[in-house]
Amino acid sequence: MNDNRRRFLSRAGAGVLTTVLAGCTSLSEQKWVSELLSQVEILTRRAQRMFAGSHALAPEFSKKDIAPVFRANGTLNPDTADYNAHAANGFRDWRIEVGGLVERPLSISMVQLRAMPSRTQITRHDCVEGWSCIGEWTGTPLSLVLAAARPKENARYVVFHCADNMVGEGDTENFYYESLDLLEATHPQTLLAYELNGQALPIEHGAPVRLRAERQLGYKMAKYVRRIEVVAYYSHISGGRGGYWEDQGYSWYAGI
Amino acid sequence: MAINQARIVRRALGLPPDGPHYFFYRHTALVRISHWINAGCLAFLLMSGLQIFNAHPALYWGKSSDFDHPMLSLTAQNTDNGLVGTTQIGPWHFDTTGVLGASDVDGVRMPRGFPAWATLPGPQWLAMGRLWHFAFAWLFVINGLLFWGYAIARRHAGRDLLPTKADLIHLPREILDHLKLNFPKGEAAKRYNALQKLAYSLVIFVLGPLIVLTGLTMSPTLDATFPGLLWLFGGRQSARTIHFICAFSFLGFFIMHIVMVILSGTWNNLRSMITGQYAIEGGEDE
Repeated sequence: MNDNRRRFLSRAGAGVLTTVLAGCTSLSEQKWVSELLSQVEILTRRAQRMFAGSHALAPEFSKKDIAPVFRANGTLNPDTADYNAHAANGFRDWRIEVGGLVERPLSISMVQLRAMPSRTQITRHDCVEGWSCIGEWTGTPLSLVLAAARPKENARYVVFHCADNMVGEGDTENFYYESLDLLEATHPQTLLAYELNGQALPIEHGAPVRLRAERQLGYKMAKYVRRIEVVAYYSHISGGRGGYWEDQGYSWYAGI
Repeated sequence: MAINQARIVRRALGLPPDGPHYFFYRHTALVRISHWINAGCLAFLLMSGLQIFNAHPALYWGKSSDFDHPMLSLTAQNTDNGLVGTTQIGPWHFDTTGVLGASDVDGVRMPRGFPAWATLPGPQWLAMGRLWHFAFAWLFVINGLLFWGYAIARRHAGRDLLPTKADLIHLPREILDHLKLNFPKGEAAKRYNALQKLAYSLVIFVLGPLIVLTGLTMSPTLDATFPGLLWLFGGRQSARTIHFICAFSFLGFFIMHIVMVILSGTWNNLRSMITGQYAIEGGEDE
C-alpha cells in the first residue's frame, strides 16, 4: 500500500470514527434519548427491589477497615451567614423540622435527636464517581423519627431539605435536597447521623446532621439536613426529579 | 511459501478462492443476530465505561479506596511545559501526555483519564455515561443469556465451542500453524479449530460472566442482598479493578478477532456472519 493511500485510509477511518462519536455525543444532548435511556432506571430499580425489596442490610465492617481520612465530597462548607452562626454556636440551636403528610409535625432539637435510641454502624460509602471509603456512623434511625411523626396514608417519599445553597442560574437560591421512598427511608441502617468515627460530625461531612442510606450512592445522603418533608410525589419540588443531582441528570434510583 | 502468500493476500482483499469452492451454512440465524448485538453492546459499554472511569481515574485493590496508593492512576500535573499526563501502574510512572491523564478537548488541553475520542459521550459527562452504560448492560446480559440458553439447549456449546481433549493435544501445532498464517481449509474449515474454541469459550463462559458479576458487585444495593459477591472478588474496589481488566481483555480479544478475520478472509467471514454462507475451498466431495 503506498503512502497516499495509507494516509487516505487513516484519515477516512478517523473521519468515520469522529462522525460516529460526535453523533453519539449529540444524541446524548437530545432530550428524548436521555429520557429513553432513563427508562432503564425503572427496570434496574424493579429488578434490584425484587431481590433487595426486604430490609437486607448493607455489609458492615470492623474497626480496622475504617479509612484514616474519610474523603469529603460535594459541599464542604455551606458558608452562609445563618449556617456560620449555627457553627459558631456548636449547632446548639439547630432544629430539624418534620412536616408534610404527617399526623404530628415535629421540630426536633439536637439534644432531643441525641436522646433518641441510636445505631452505630461501620459501613462503606460509595461515591457515584467510583471510589469507596469506610467509616463509623452514629445516628438516630430515620424510621423512629418518622414513626413519631406518623406519616399519613398517602405518604410515599421522604424529602430532605438542606442548608447548602448550590446557587442556581442567575445567583438564585437552590438549596441541596434529596429524596428516598418509604422503603429505603425506613431501612434499619438509614440514619440521621450526627457522629463520624466517634466524633461530632465535621462540617465537611454535613454537620450537625446528615443522612446515611447505606444501600445507595453518596449523592443520596444529604448533608446539613434542616427539614424533612413527607410527600406523595416530588414533581413540584425544585427541578422535579427528586434531588439536586437528579435535576442535573443523575438517576433518582442510586442503588447501582 | 509464495503460493501461500498469494492466498493470504487474496483472502485479505476479499477475493474468492481462485480454485474450486462451494458454500457451507456455517452460522445459524440466532448466532448471527446475537453476534452483532453483542458487537454493538461492547462498543457502547467500553466507551461509556471509560467515561465513568474518568470520573475517578484510579483503581484500587480491596474493600475501599486507599487514595495514596492506587494500583493504577491517570493524573495530570501542571509543569513549565504546560499540563502533563502521567500513567501510574504500581511503582512505575509513564509520561502519556496527549492520550492518558491529560489530552485535548476541543483544542484545549485538559486533565482527563481517557481522551475524548475514546469516551461516550466525548466531553466529561458522568450522568450520561451511566445512562448509556446501564442501558447497554441490560441488552448485553439479555443477549448473553439468550445465547447461553441456545448454546446449551441446542448443544452448540458442547459440539462447537468447548475444546475437547483432542483439541488441546493439537494446540501447540495449531499455534504454530496460526503463526505461519496457515489456516484450516476444506473439511477442517467447517469446524472451529482448537485456538478458536479456546478463545471463544473463554470469552463467552469466563470473561462475559466475570465482567457482569464484577459490575453488579459495584452496586451497593446488590452488595446488601448478595454479600457473597464481595467475598468472591475481595471487595468493591477489587471488583471495580477486575471489571476494568475484563473490559480491556474484551478489547484485546476484539483486536485479535479482527486481525484473524482479515487474515483468514475478510468477506468470507463477514458473509458467513451475515448470511451464514461460508466458502470452502475444494470440491464438495473432497
